[in-house]
Amino acid sequence: MTTKPPPAAIHVEGLQKSFQALHVLRGVDLDVPPGSIVALLGSNGAGKTTVIRILSTLLAADGGTATVAGYDVATQPADVRRSISLTGQFAAVDEVLTGRENLVLVARLRHVGSPGTVADDLLRRFSLTEAGGRRVSTWSGGMRRRLDLAMSLIGDPPVVFLDEPTTGLDPQARVEVWAAVQQLASAGTTVLLTTQHLEEAEHLADRIAILHEGRILVDGTLAELKALLPPAQVEYVEKQPTLEDVFLALTQEHA
Amino acid sequence: MSTHFAADTTVLLGRSMRHVTRSLDTIITTAVMPIAFLLLFVYVFGGAISAGPGRYVDYLLPGILLITVATGVSYTAFRLFLDLQSGIFERFQSMPIARSSVLWAHVLTSVLANAISLVLVLLAALLMGFRSGAGVLAWLAVGGILLVFTLALTWMAVVPGLTAKSVDGASAFSYPLVFLPFVSSAFVPTASMLGPVRAFAEHQPVTSIVDTIRRLFAEQPVGGDIWVALAWCVGALVVAYLLAMATYRRKAA
Ligand SMILES: Nc1ncnc2c1ncn2[C@@H]1O[C@H](COP(=O)(O)OP(=O)(O)OP(=O)(O)O)[C@@H](O)[C@H]1O
Ligand SMILES: [Mg+2]
Repeated sequence: MTTKPPPAAIHVEGLQKSFQALHVLRGVDLDVPPGSIVALLGSNGAGKTTVIRILSTLLAADGGTATVAGYDVATQPADVRRSISLTGQFAAVDEVLTGRENLVLVARLRHVGSPGTVADDLLRRFSLTEAGGRRVSTWSGGMRRRLDLAMSLIGDPPVVFLDEPTTGLDPQARVEVWAAVQQLASAGTTVLLTTQHLEEAEHLADRIAILHEGRILVDGTLAELKALLPPAQVEYVEKQPTLEDVFLALTQEHA
Repeated sequence: MSTHFAADTTVLLGRSMRHVTRSLDTIITTAVMPIAFLLLFVYVFGGAISAGPGRYVDYLLPGILLITVATGVSYTAFRLFLDLQSGIFERFQSMPIARSSVLWAHVLTSVLANAISLVLVLLAALLMGFRSGAGVLAWLAVGGILLVFTLALTWMAVVPGLTAKSVDGASAFSYPLVFLPFVSSAFVPTASMLGPVRAFAEHQPVTSIVDTIRRLFAEQPVGGDIWVALAWCVGALVVAYLLAMATYRRKAA
């Protein structure tokens, strides 16, 4: 008996997207296995946010197909939205409300039981309990970012998109976010994240995909990516090449 | 999804009402300009205006109420614009909630906030001597006309709220709405106006609405005017609603 591999939590095939004359995505193929963390890397303007926005039903693709949790983003957007949550590149929080009210709002909209308890738990988990009763307009950027992430965890969606989740966070907060992401994955949640911090991808991701000039240039585990560098260069850098070496070598080679 | 429409709209309405109650200045500002117009026209220009035998404040109030709504809806465009800018709009769009709940919550907030402003203006008018012997039915009719008028202007406000590139752009659309009453029977009878201006004033929506409300307050028969007024309001409401929904669908991909 052959065991079929489990269907991908995120399956992207030939995804195309242009903004006027700008051909941003030129046939993106990507598979994310359930319960794994995949990091999408790419230079500024490579189209990472565009991919995430298409997958979270905020933007329509021009061509290709994408399914999330088995649902087609173009034809079953409501089912997709029930299966995902999105933390966008810029914190999307309500500044007029307090932190706790923000969490309660999302909990109500996701129809979870006892929204107040959910909110208090998340405030504690992200070290925001003290600030929780203050309006978010008085919060620091890093605190907003943590709140933003906490809002995305409500309702335990099986697939989570994180667009640069740790940009602007201090090292301590970054570690907290990493722990939260790892906890999500170990509980079976699928995470697709984008990042500018290559050591974040090294640290967190099961697989790494590099988006360059509208396509996925390489897609593999960290070890697989490192094996791509020519041996001469491995010798030259003495120690193990970092992901940064791999990233720069690959994107420059294909520039 | 639609089973959640009412629940989601209620939750989101609670949210944007908090925006209103936490910046009460938006309600006060909405009421201040119309009240200033009341003071200016009753106590400064009023003596020189011949608008018939009754108290001038009674003549003036209906038009001022419309100006209040026209000012108030610019805040609806403003709040919607801020939601888009802050990214919270996209967060809602990516969540499993009834999609139009987001708009309806803003629209209902507009109705409630405008109702509060209208009450403030009405209280100011009462202090300035406005009196009406209108019965419950007439008051209900006035409320109903103002409600449809507010809904029409609010759905109009949704369009710039969704498409504006700047805060100023979002609220600028209401300026012509605020000034439309000046070329109507709101301040002076149209009979005193010059030919073409008079023709415009007598055929634009504000005149029929103002005349209807004025007659309801004065316990006079409203005649056919109420139907003209309602036709304008409902017509504008339908057109604005369709336009807003089309804009929304384009925005929400
Ligand atoms: N709505 C839009 N209209 C026009 N152009 C757009 C739009 N959204 C994105 N673009 C363009 O598409 C390209 C890809 O943008 P995208 O935000 O996906 O990049 P990114 O990889 O997320 O970059 P960054 O690392 O800076 O966040 C950019 O050149 C951007 O200017
Ligand atoms: Mg981006």
